[in-house]
Parts: sequence; C-alpha cells; structure tokens
Amino acid sequence: MARKISMKQAINEALDLEMKRDPTVIVMGEDIVGGAGAPGEEDAWGGVLGVTKGLHAKYPGRLLDTPLSESAYIGAAIGAATCGMRPVAELMFLDFSGVCFDQILNQAAKFKYMFGGKAKTPVVIRAMVGAGFRAAAQHSQMLTPVFTHIPGLKVVCPSNAYDAKGLLIQAIRDDDPVIFCEHKNLYGHETDVPAEAYAIPFGEASVVREGKDVTIVSYGLTVQRALEAAEKLAKDRIQAEVIDLRTLSPIDWDTVVESVESTGRLVVVDEANPRCSIATDVAARVAQEAFNALKAAPQMVTAPHAPVPFSPVLEDLYIPTADAIAKAASKIASHAIAA
Amino acid sequence: MSKNPFPLSKDELLKAYRTMRTIREFEERLHVEFAKGDIPGFVHLYAGEEACATGIMMHLTDTDRIASTHRGHGHCIAKGVDVHEMMAEIYGKATGACRGKGGSMHIADLSKGMMGANGILGAGAPLACGAALASKFRGDKGVSVTFFGDGASNQGMVLESMNLAAVWNLPVIFVVENNGYAESTSVDYATAVDSYVDRASGFGLPGVTVDGADFFAVYEAAGEVIRRAREGGGPSLLECKMARFFGHFEGDAQTYKAKDENELNRANRDCIKMFADRVREAGVVTAAELGAIEKEVEALIDDAVAAAKNALPPTPRELTTDVYVSY
Amino acid sequence: MADESVKPIVMPKWGLSMSEGKLTGWLKTAGDKIAVGEQIVEVETDKIAGVVEASDAGVLRRTIGEVDAVYPVKALIGVIADASVPDSEIDAYVASYVTPAADEEEEEEKSAYAFVDTPVGSIRYAKRGERGDAVVLVHGFGGDLDNWLFNIDALAAKTTVYALDLPGHGQSTKAIPENGLLGLAKGLLGFMDALDVERAHLVGHSMGGAVSMLAALEAPQRVQSLTLIDSAGLGSEINADYLAGFVSASSRRELKPVVEQLFADPKLVSRQLLEDLLRYKRLDGVEAALSTISSQFQADGKQRTVLGPELKGFDGPILVIWGEDDRVIPAAHANALAGAKTEIISGVGHMAQMEKASRVNELVLAHLGV
Repeated sequence: MARKISMKQAINEALDLEMKRDPTVIVMGEDIVGGAGAPGEEDAWGGVLGVTKGLHAKYPGRLLDTPLSESAYIGAAIGAATCGMRPVAELMFLDFSGVCFDQILNQAAKFKYMFGGKAKTPVVIRAMVGAGFRAAAQHSQMLTPVFTHIPGLKVVCPSNAYDAKGLLIQAIRDDDPVIFCEHKNLYGHETDVPAEAYAIPFGEASVVREGKDVTIVSYGLTVQRALEAAEKLAKDRIQAEVIDLRTLSPIDWDTVVESVESTGRLVVVDEANPRCSIATDVAARVAQEAFNALKAAPQMVTAPHAPVPFSPVLEDLYIPTADAIAKAASKIASHAIAA
Repeated sequence: MSKNPFPLSKDELLKAYRTMRTIREFEERLHVEFAKGDIPGFVHLYAGEEACATGIMMHLTDTDRIASTHRGHGHCIAKGVDVHEMMAEIYGKATGACRGKGGSMHIADLSKGMMGANGILGAGAPLACGAALASKFRGDKGVSVTFFGDGASNQGMVLESMNLAAVWNLPVIFVVENNGYAESTSVDYATAVDSYVDRASGFGLPGVTVDGADFFAVYEAAGEVIRRAREGGGPSLLECKMARFFGHFEGDAQTYKAKDENELNRANRDCIKMFADRVREAGVVTAAELGAIEKEVEALIDDAVAAAKNALPPTPRELTTDVYVSY
Repeated sequence: MADESVKPIVMPKWGLSMSEGKLTGWLKTAGDKIAVGEQIVEVETDKIAGVVEASDAGVLRRTIGEVDAVYPVKALIGVIADASVPDSEIDAYVASYVTPAADEEEEEEKSAYAFVDTPVGSIRYAKRGERGDAVVLVHGFGGDLDNWLFNIDALAAKTTVYALDLPGHGQSTKAIPENGLLGLAKGLLGFMDALDVERAHLVGHSMGGAVSMLAALEAPQRVQSLTLIDSAGLGSEINADYLAGFVSASSRRELKPVVEQLFADPKLVSRQLLEDLLRYKRLDGVEAALSTISSQFQADGKQRTVLGPELKGFDGPILVIWGEDDRVIPAAHANALAGAKTEIISGVGHMAQMEKASRVNELVLAHLGV
C-alpha cells in the first residue's frame, strides 16, 4: 500500500526490509547508531542526518558504529562482502572517499575481474552527495563521474523517494559493489512509496515526463529542477521529455538515444563539475549514436569548473537551476515551435 | 627412531617441509624463467621467508582467511592454492588461478580462504578485518590473517585496521613480514619505532617478535595468537624478522644491499636449511625422506612450468568478461 | 434558457485519480455536424490515452481546448449547439462557464480505495454509487481495479459498484489461494461476504470472466447476472506468449510490446500505464504470484478451465462482449455459450472496456436492466 513518505524514510525502510529479509545484511558507519560508548541515550543520532534512526532497536548488533576511520571500515565492509556478508557501509559524505579511495578503486572494483571471475563483492557504500546544504567544498561535491569512470563499480543516484527505496533494495541484493549516492537536499522530498519491498532494476532510466521537442537528461536533484524547467517550457509551448537516468553505471543508453531520435534535441543536466562528467558522457554518446537525428547541438548544463562555495549567494549560483535548464532548452528548441 | 621433540607430528613436519620446499623451488625457478623473458610484468619473490607463511598457515583451515601482499606466492602455496594454476597465472594463461587476468600480484582462491595477493601495500589489513567480522557474525570460529611488510606497516590503512580490530575485538592477526627492506629503503630509515610490538601496544594489541627464519618459533608464536583470536580473545600482531634472498622484484640489481648480504643470508639465515637440519638431527626425519620430498617438489614445479608454457592465453572475449556479476 | 440548447464538451474524468488531462488532438473541426457517440477529441491522462465521444448531437460550434494543453477535469474544451443558436449566445455561454471546483473531487479521492480483510487475505477495492443492485467488477490476469477506470463511474450512476484487486494483483495480498481459478472465485465470494454483498451482478474481464463464471457455478444464488468481456474460460486458445511476456518483463522496454497486444490501438499504452504496471510487477512476491496463477490458468498454450458450451447450474442472464481484434483470446470464443447475448465490437482489442468504454457501459447497463 502506497503512502507519501520522504526519501530519508524510504531509505530507512529499504534497510529495514532487507535486514529483516536477509540476516547477512549488516550496516556500518560513523554515528549510524550514535552515542556508542557514551553515557547518554542509545541510538542517539541514527546517522548524522537520522537516516538509520530506529533500526538499532530492531536489529541489535547488526548496525555497527565505527571509529572515524574510513579506510578501515570501508575496507572491512568490502572484505566482509567477499566472505558472504552483504554490508551496507555509510560513508556519510562521498567527499570522504578521498581517505578510503584505495579500498573502493583498487579492491572492491577489481576483485571480480582481477581474480578471474571467482570473487563477488556485494557491498553497498551509501553516501551523501550534492550542494545546496551550505556545507562548502568538502561536504558538497557531486562526485558521481569519478565512480562511474571505474569499471567494476555500479553507481546509483535516485531523484525521489520511490526510486530511492527500490534502488537501494536492488543495491543490497546486487552481487556487485554499488556506490549509492543520496542527494542530501532530497532527503525531505516526498513521493508515493509502497510499504512493501520492491527492487528497481539497474540500467533502466525513467521517462518522468514525455515531450516531443527536446530531451532533458539528468539524475539526482537536478531531475526535479528539470521537471520545473519542463513546466516553464510548456508555458512557451515547448514539450520537454525528461529522462531520469537513476543509475549512472550501468546507464540506459537506449532510452536516451531513442528519446533524442524522436526529439532531435538534447539538454543534459549534471550537478557534477563539467569536465569528464555525466554530461560530457551523455552528450558524446548521443553525438555518436544519434548524430543524424540531432537538429541542434547538444547542450550541457552543469556546475561550474570550481569547488562548491560556502557563501549562500555563490552556492545558489552553483547548482544548475530550472531557469538555466529552460534557457538551454529554449535556445535549441524555440524555433521548433515557430515551425 | 628417536622420540619426537617437536610440537608437530612427523607427518606434519614432512608437510611443512614439503610446503617450504615447494615455495622455494617455485621462486628459484621463477627467478630462472623470468630471466628468459617468458614471464610478463613484475614478480616479487618470497624465497628466504618460507618459514613465516608455512609456520602460520599450519594453524589455519579453509574457513580461516588470509589477505596477502605483492610478495604473495608463498602465502598462496602455504594456504593450499594449486601450484599449476599459480604458475599458469604468472605466465598469463587462461588456465591460471585468475584465468590470466590477475597475474603474480593478484593470485586468489577464495575457496581456500586466500583473499588475494594485493598490489596495494597494506590494503589487505582492512579486508582481513572484514573477513574476521564475517566470521564473527557467522560464528564459524574463523580467524583472519593479514600479511604486510615492514614498508606497508607505515600505511594508514594498516594502522586504522589495528585500531578497528582492537575496538571491535576481531579475530584477526597482523603479521609484519620484516625483511628489512621496503623495496630498496631500509626499515631503520622508514620506520620510527624499533619494534613493531611497541606499535601494536599503541593500539592496545598484544604483539610478539620472532625470528622468521625459525619455523618452530613462528609456529609456536602463531599458534598462540591464532588460538587466542579463535577463542574470542581478539587481535594480535606477530612480527617475523627474516631475509629476502632476492631483490624487491626480479630485475632489481640490489645495489642498495651490502656486498655479501645475499650470500651470508643464504648461508646463515636459510629457514629451510635450518628446519631440515633440526628435524634430521633430532632423528625424527631421515635425509632420504627429505630428499624424496625435494625430488617430488622438483617434478611438480617442472611440470607446472611446462604446463604453463604450453597453456593457451585467454581468448580476446575475456577482455571484458568478469567485470561485473551482472550488468 | 440558452444553456439547454448549448452543450459543453468538457475534460472528462476517467478513473478515480484523474484530475487533469492533456488535449492531444481534435478529430472534428468547428462547423462539423456531430451525432451522439461520435469521436470528437483525443485526450491523454497520466494513465491512458482516450477519445471523448459526443453525448449530444448538434454542430461543433467552438473548439476551445488547444492541442497539447493540459486542462482540469470538467474544464470547457468545446461547445456543441444546434446550428440555429446565434454566435452571441455561444460566446456568452463560454464566457460564463465556470469549471467546478476540484475540492469535492479530492475529498472523494481520499476514500477512493479501501481495504477489507477476507479469508484469502487483505483485498483492496473501490466502491462507487449508493443505489440499486450491486455490481462487482473483476479484472483479468495482471490487471487491477483501475482497468475499470472508464466504466466504474458510468455504472455507479445507476448501481452500487465494487471493483476489487484479485489476490496477487494490485494492492491486494500477494498470497495466492489454492485451487487456481476456483480459489480466486472463492476469494471473490469471500470478498462479497466481507462487504455483506449478498447478491451481485458479476462483470468479469479476461481471466476475471472465468473467475466470475466459477463463482456463479459455486454459488448461483448469489450471482444475479454475468457479463463476460474478452473472457477466459470459453475456449482453449490463448496467447501464451502474451502471458509469458507479461510475467517475465521487468523493464518498460520489455513490457511495452507485450502490453500493446492488449489494445487494437497500441498508442493507448501510455508512459504512466507502463510505469504503474512496472511498479506493481516490481513488488516482492508479484512475479511468483503471476507465474503461479499463469500456470494454474493455462498449460502448453491452452486454457485449463473451459466452461461451456453451457454453464450448467447457472440460470441467470449472460452477456458476452468481445473486441473483434482481441490478440489475447480470440473473438471466436464469444459464441461459445449457448443462450448468452453476444456483442462483438469492431476496432477494439482485448481491453474492450477501456478501448470502447461508452459502448461497453451502454451494453452492461442495458443487460443489468437499469
């Protein structure tokens, strides 16, 4: 039965259902219970933003608060995954991958291939991504392209509560290592979510709005911005199709290419920095696969090639806005209306 | 025949000797074959350190797991990985332990509890913590052992792992294989403490240093720390001091070593010779029995090299298989 | 009064959750003569695309709704009037038209669905209308109560309508009762018990038709009449590829060509229709439930339950409706029941009640005698 819940609740529910279903699912991370060894209350935090709150009481001993020691506990999660567990490790902010990157890049991502197919590493690394939280340069990055670049990893970035629950359940059931990117500014975003468990397969983009004039491709928070942009464009009688990639590795090229083949126009929106990004990846692929269908040059709407600034005035300029997306779409699609 | 003064039965002694001889023969042969140019890439040889891997692994079963290093052939053989598959892997052949996709630095056999040699120094420590955590959840009494050199002992992830293992009371053993060199850099230069036992105590871990060339010293010390871990007593550190007979990698001119260092080590610090002398002198094992094992091992390695040379390389389609379980 | 000669064409309300629709095309132009039942304008909802048919005769005097624009339910999109009505009167009508507020509708939507515990588990249902005989709408394999979105309100004008999600379907329990279709039929009767519905007209679509027939045989005194739409249970042929495809499809790409087989016009399969089906199919337990039901329902491409040529033991009136272009169960089965009234609708596929809702509603109401 569906009801409206937030993305934060949806993630909590996915963990809850999978921990209930599968005793090998364990959760570890910094302060995911909170107050470990401290004199005050148990489950004091349930994660720094409360995402795992309440699970400790239901599954005592299966949520492990870790020392501030990302290399050790992310590596331990990966090691445990190769030994029959299904750990979900919370890296708090994906920015912190800097201090445990080896374990992700050279260990988890490589085992399957490097060991000739004999290993499987069903680990999920959950981490917050994205700007807009006034958290400045080391707690706000959209590092999805960094991980998408690495074969052996799967990269997921949901745009809403329904997808977050189904994609996290799939991530936990998946036999490959998954980097699960949660945009912190979507935690409060509510959608209809069934109470039951369900898994959304990876590599299947969602067409969240249909339109015939221009294809807008995005993922994460900027999908919501793209939908706002599509509303604005509709007022100008430009019908935008909005595609939510949902998973960046694997990525659903077919849906993107088919859409551009029908609209002839592409705007790709990426909150990551512009160089070697999801935006360049999608634009390049479309140019290669659907060149003859293109009626205009693909447009990329991204964050600037700069770290995330602190001052709210600057940060608000950082994430692609609905206006910027609409403007990019209008630029290539407005003459379609005149025709 | 005299009464056996050792903590191992005669069969176990012969097994230990066979393991150490297999490692030595494997590495000596690789040294020769590598020079012929048939083996791609890098190989890092374990010759001189056999007693360490063997003395520890005699206490482990397939349920126990080890995380190895770039110098991993000895760990693999002692943990029971098939020698033919290892040799084929080093030659980059489809019949290799990793179907030719891993090479010398990445030989693994999870069914034997061998979580992989590792090209990243110190990376095995967090992984072994994870394996130990899995054993704890499963309640299978498994113990995990992570090997790292005196060089990698200074890696953050090793130090972080000691703390994690201590606070979570994990059944994991940190084995420092101190051969005196981090690649070419002396341990005296690169490591600030004189004893790794001191470093362990900084993390609240019991630690012990043994002569890594003395199989029986390693065996006894390892037995104690592994038993403690298995019984829920938590992690320990074991430092084995020994000599690396070859260079960091094959092709290393070893000019950083003292002039007669390798010769002196081979004469005085050869763990296999020391082991053979002791068991023979104690009258538990005869020279003929040891000789038979040497012949058997020689034939095994001959056969493994011949088979590896004759094996087919991976097919081109292998380039993109096994990246994911499903994609 | 002027209003009586001027007839509005409004954005329809198809189904329980529709609040707005997109006008996708005019099939008539201003000045065309319109007969009752003629198709006038194409509308797309988030569930499905459909066509608005004229409920009044006259001349299409104004096409107010613009193509590709979205309008709330009951918004004025066109005007029909007799040729004699002066333009000024039409203009005045248009100017004074006020779209009824949506508040009431929203209130209604909250109570659109309910759940009831039955011996086979929790069953979701919708109840509409408060008068006359009880009518229970029984969807087919893989369907749910929204399959009746174009019918439920029309029927509720004169009857009390219940539409349920069968076990394994929609938001009902995913546990499947024993004994295949008969188990589902008993589940249906249990559902009627739970809601104190002593006697009802059963309207079954596809597999739901077979389930309704089995319920009628199991408890003839409780079934006032049967309406069987593109029904299973009337012959052995069935499109097994459709069933297998529906069970196995896990992506929009896989599901779309499968679901398109349901309609004579594949364009009716909207993005949202597929998304809703995928959301259902992704739930834990659904794939298993569907495979179980599918294997109980058919084997080696043949239906396992064939009832007829007569339903011995059920004497009530039976209406059989079929889409001529049904690609799941052949329309030839329409004539399998001796003594039944039969209607074959041309240009329509397996989902006759959706593709030609007005005709189906008309036939059902006439059959019920209300």
